[in-house]
Amino acid sequence: MRHATLAGLLLAGTALGTAAAAQTEVSLWYHGAGNRGEAETLDRIVTDFNAAQGDWTIVVESFPQASYNDSVVAAALAGNLPCVIDVDGPVMPNWAWSGYMQPLPIDEARIADFLPGTKGYWDGQLYSIGLWDAAVALVTRESTLETLGLRRPTLDAPWTGEEFMAALEAAQASGEYDYALDLGMAWTGEWYPYAFSPLLQSFGGDIVDRSSYQTAEGALNSDAAIEFGEWWQSLFADGLAPGTSQDPADRDSGFNEGRYAFAWNGNWAATATLAAVEDAVFLPAPDFGNGNIIGAASWQFGVSATCAHPEGAAAFIEFALNDEYLAAFSDTTGLIPATPSAAALTENYREGGALEVFFELSNQQALVRPVSPGYVVAAKVFEKALSDIANGADVADALDAAVDEIDSDIERNGGYGH
Amino acid sequence: MAQISADNHGLRLAVRYLVLILIALIFVFPLVFMMMSSLKPDQQLLADTSSLRAFLPVGDISLDNYRDAFARAPVAIFVMNSVIVTGTTVLLSLFICSLAAFSFVFLRWRGRALLLGIIVATFIIPFETIAIPLLLMVSQLPWIGLDGIEIGWLNTYRVQIIPWIADGLTVFLFVQFFKDLPGELIEASRVEGASWWQIYLKVVMPLSGPVLATAAILKFLIMYNQYLWPLIVVQQESVRPVMVGLGYFFQLNTAWGEVMAYLTVITLPVLAFYLVLQRAFIASIASTGVKG
Repeated sequence: MRHATLAGLLLAGTALGTAAAAQTEVSLWYHGAGNRGEAETLDRIVTDFNAAQGDWTIVVESFPQASYNDSVVAAALAGNLPCVIDVDGPVMPNWAWSGYMQPLPIDEARIADFLPGTKGYWDGQLYSIGLWDAAVALVTRESTLETLGLRRPTLDAPWTGEEFMAALEAAQASGEYDYALDLGMAWTGEWYPYAFSPLLQSFGGDIVDRSSYQTAEGALNSDAAIEFGEWWQSLFADGLAPGTSQDPADRDSGFNEGRYAFAWNGNWAATATLAAVEDAVFLPAPDFGNGNIIGAASWQFGVSATCAHPEGAAAFIEFALNDEYLAAFSDTTGLIPATPSAAALTENYREGGALEVFFELSNQQALVRPVSPGYVVAAKVFEKALSDIANGADVADALDAAVDEIDSDIERNGGYGH
Repeated sequence: MAQISADNHGLRLAVRYLVLILIALIFVFPLVFMMMSSLKPDQQLLADTSSLRAFLPVGDISLDNYRDAFARAPVAIFVMNSVIVTGTTVLLSLFICSLAAFSFVFLRWRGRALLLGIIVATFIIPFETIAIPLLLMVSQLPWIGLDGIEIGWLNTYRVQIIPWIADGLTVFLFVQFFKDLPGELIEASRVEGASWWQIYLKVVMPLSGPVLATAAILKFLIMYNQYLWPLIVVQQESVRPVMVGLGYFFQLNTAWGEVMAYLTVITLPVLAFYLVLQRAFIASIASTGVKG
């Protein structure tokens, strides 16, 4: 009897081993190393996927976000890319154009109701899809609006540029705050084009001319862009906002401690703000003449060009698009779930949820950053130009120099395939 | 008159010590700030930065940041990886570079001056300029391991160690030191019938404590602070070193207390290494004029 039991166990073990061996490993790289909540949610999806089918086993490797892109580019050079790659939305066209990615082979009907910013298209084809999007809002206190006698702006009736400036000046004149507006100048890198290029677009300018993507001439140095630049400079020259020397610690805690009247900040910081500020409100972007606009497109999943099993990679990505997982990620990160049905499952974005407003902010105001491989260079040039202007550089000169640099890069790269 | 002179001497000594203490404080303050901040919750840490409280263990003190840092990232693995990579590289570097320097200084062979010049000239080549070619090369290099021949060195300790063993600076340090050794010692050893290997091992190296300490400390700091190279050749957590691991702590809302706790932990091996070798390091600076 004992021998029979042992034989049975061995057979069962062999059968399990065979089933496990039958699964083909599909590697996945993720940008969120060190973020425990994200890691747990991703691990849950991977575990569920690995158990739900017998063909593929997803193997995750996480990287620190700050160095993730460099790691991917190095791996692409060394021919060492994983199958599933995590890609920041505005960077995706560059990686697709560079040959790091292949079109995502999933049924697009599956993502029909996804927020526009979560879909990564390049050259007419879907390359990546996000489980969430991010949104920026003008954060303030209900009590600040009341004390300063300000109208509460809505998506349908946002503040005009004049109203916005009047609000800032009223806050400054009250003497209650160190600064009227915290733009988050302490955050460098992608924050600048993500958060501030929508303000430029609201003035009527842009980082590049989107009709051809072959030049920034007439977009980044247009009359509208110069008007934006002068307005931008005045925020710092008039002491309305802390400049590039802002301490990151002040960015993290200044608004919550009541030292700034308004903050231009993302929804990832909103839960901490709500915990610290009882009457925090999240307002839509002001309209400077060409609409109230915020940035869009966050991290997304795609398939590398060298992936030997794109069908396995796509199967995992489709699996991860279930509302259950979109909601789980949102509850963990505070970011906006990609679909309305997933939003209804979340703590913060369901009807009456603390961050519900962000879903519509993203849905109605969002504009993706220029969909071009050259964006990765243009974004850095834009950041430098805005930083220089904030520090007193001549607006027209700074924008002209930025245009020259962007155009040179486009020319060097043969127009980036547009 | 003699009394006045003694007073002046005492005063000069006091001023000298005061200046030295001030300089020491300038260097120690960042470390004290880091260690004290690692014990404080984020809000208190940020609030204290505007006062001297930042350097004192006051307020809501705990080890919570250490607990959270170890929960956020595999800190022990990162430290172990860095210690393995750094320790191995330092030992191999001391051996290989001292051998090379021995050859340049004591052996007579054609072209040694030219070769030494070329090696020293590599000082001026920034690593960033050769990082990509080196990456392409190591990604295709073969290796004979337990599973037979494999292609590619990525995601291994060896890719973090081998390219860094030999470098111009370390060879140069040894060359300069060996040149100052009494030539009679080498000649006497030769007359006594010692082989070059015996001279290297039993005559030269026992006299080379100061330069070994200097080269070891400089190499240790370079290796322990490696960032770009491991970033591009290591894509697995299991072999990731401490400096790349620091990125785990910079999320959208940075937990500064955990950052300070992590920095304190990863600084300990550096301090320990320096304390062990400091006497020899100082002796080296005093005797050779080499600046660390």
